[in-house]
Amino acid sequence: MPRSFPTNPMLAVEILGLEKTYAIGFWKKKRKDGLKSLHLEIQQGEVFGFLGPNGAGKTTTLKLLMGLISPTAGTARILNQPWHDPAVRARIGFLPEQPYFYDHLTPIELLDYYGTLSGISAPDRRLRIPKLLERVGLAGQGGTQLRKFSKGMLQRVGIAQAVLHEPEVVFLDEPMSGLDPVGRREVRNFIQSLNREGKTVFFSTHILGDAEALCHRVAVLNKGELRGISVVADLTSQNRSRFEVVWQATAAIPAMRAFGNETHVAGEVARTIVRESQLQAALEALKSQSAQLISVNPVGGSLEEYFLQKLGEPDKVPR
Amino acid sequence: MTTRIRAIAFNTFREAVRDRVLYNLVFFALLLVATAPLLGEISIGVQRVLLINLSLSAISIFGIVISIFVGISLVSKEIERRTLYPVLSRPVGRGEFILGKYCGLAGTLLVNTMAMTTGVYVALLLMTRSFTRADANILIAIYFLFLQFIVIIGLALLFSSFSSPLLSALFALSMFVAGSFAADLRGFAAMSHGPEGLLARAASYVVPNLASLNVITRVSHDQFIPAALVGYNTLYTLLYATATITAAVLIFSRRDLK
Repeated sequence: MPRSFPTNPMLAVEILGLEKTYAIGFWKKKRKDGLKSLHLEIQQGEVFGFLGPNGAGKTTTLKLLMGLISPTAGTARILNQPWHDPAVRARIGFLPEQPYFYDHLTPIELLDYYGTLSGISAPDRRLRIPKLLERVGLAGQGGTQLRKFSKGMLQRVGIAQAVLHEPEVVFLDEPMSGLDPVGRREVRNFIQSLNREGKTVFFSTHILGDAEALCHRVAVLNKGELRGISVVADLTSQNRSRFEVVWQATAAIPAMRAFGNETHVAGEVARTIVRESQLQAALEALKSQSAQLISVNPVGGSLEEYFLQKLGEPDKVPR
Repeated sequence: MTTRIRAIAFNTFREAVRDRVLYNLVFFALLLVATAPLLGEISIGVQRVLLINLSLSAISIFGIVISIFVGISLVSKEIERRTLYPVLSRPVGRGEFILGKYCGLAGTLLVNTMAMTTGVYVALLLMTRSFTRADANILIAIYFLFLQFIVIIGLALLFSSFSSPLLSALFALSMFVAGSFAADLRGFAAMSHGPEGLLARAASYVVPNLASLNVITRVSHDQFIPAALVGYNTLYTLLYATATITAAVLIFSRRDLK
């Protein structure tokens, strides 16, 4: 290890100068920075959002922490142990980006397999798996082969495998990616419930609304560099100007378009961004159209401004 | 540790079964049925030689094809589909993963070979109406074939731990062909001198001695197989497979999973 640092019993994740440089090209002569000297501390029990555009280095960081790739420099500790220690792996959960699982297996078989690898006893597996499938909304689907599952259902299986062994820290790589608004809301609720159970959640996303709704703190990453870390409450308390309204029933779309230009439809579910001053009127319009309200969440505001500001800053190596 | 290796091995076996790898047994059965009219035209002694040669060669071909083509995909498919990520983010060492995959495919081939062996003996019984003591030698020949599969799976895993599936298949196939002529290679090495002699000697140690593991012709002609050869081949296979798996683990442990 290049450097060691003092241990803090309250820290879930400590990253000190992790770096990753990829050798590219046919002769592997060229170098490409995947991650530049990242320093980060995540407290136990917090929900931490890792924000950045595609290619920012979010997945690289998670792969480094999971031991899937080795760092060019730097070190990390998870739950006070070196990140590559096998004992740590039993205490963490990981959902990869766009997860793909053995499609010849059923969710029950898959979770049983992962449970065995995590060291869960057979009686415990038999007890936990049906409960977990119910919790992620897959009750009754446990015997269907995964090849017949939609992307959203696979994401639920992915979340189930990440928490099956009741880890203390859960790492989620783009957990809302590819989900419809209903699925996103369910994943949000799931992350909140994990946090209520005292688990630390570290998740990467490029959807600011999700980070704003869930995170205690966020870090902004761009081009492999950490651009800033901020407490979300400090940012959002300054300005709550716009809200995302998600509802079901397409008949209400014309009425909702009157409140905002940003209206997106996915099947029966639609979402519109409205200003705070129009929120009450928009909700009443939905009610009058007999539309089912799914969620109302603040968007934009100062997290978006903070994010854009950090992305626009010139390249630097943060300390 | 053994629990995790067993779980990975069982999952590999289950995947092979559900991916219809064992469907080759149907082709094997059809082959035996299709040769029956042909065998009826010749005398009983020749029939026996032909049946043993044909069926054991079929076991060899099916087994080698599965060893190479399933073997090279054991790791590469997991990397390509990223099914490896949730496995290696758990307390599973990369060595355990490789060993589990190896045992899973070896188990698949064991079941496959045992089913084919049953087929051979049923066909033999239907043809000769009774077994002789010499028929037990067929088991030795099949055991040696299984040892060949063990060696080839190790090589396929080793090549796939650092190269693409296409190149891995090419390398493994080349090693199988070279290994089948290992006796000639050793003969050439013994006769050569200078740099080419050294090169030939080195190659004769690297290339698996698959020629020694092929006694199909000897068994079909009721030739005696010494117990020492069984012991030598077993020990040789264990050492060779251990060397290839160790190399595969060392390479795979240093590999970045992109």
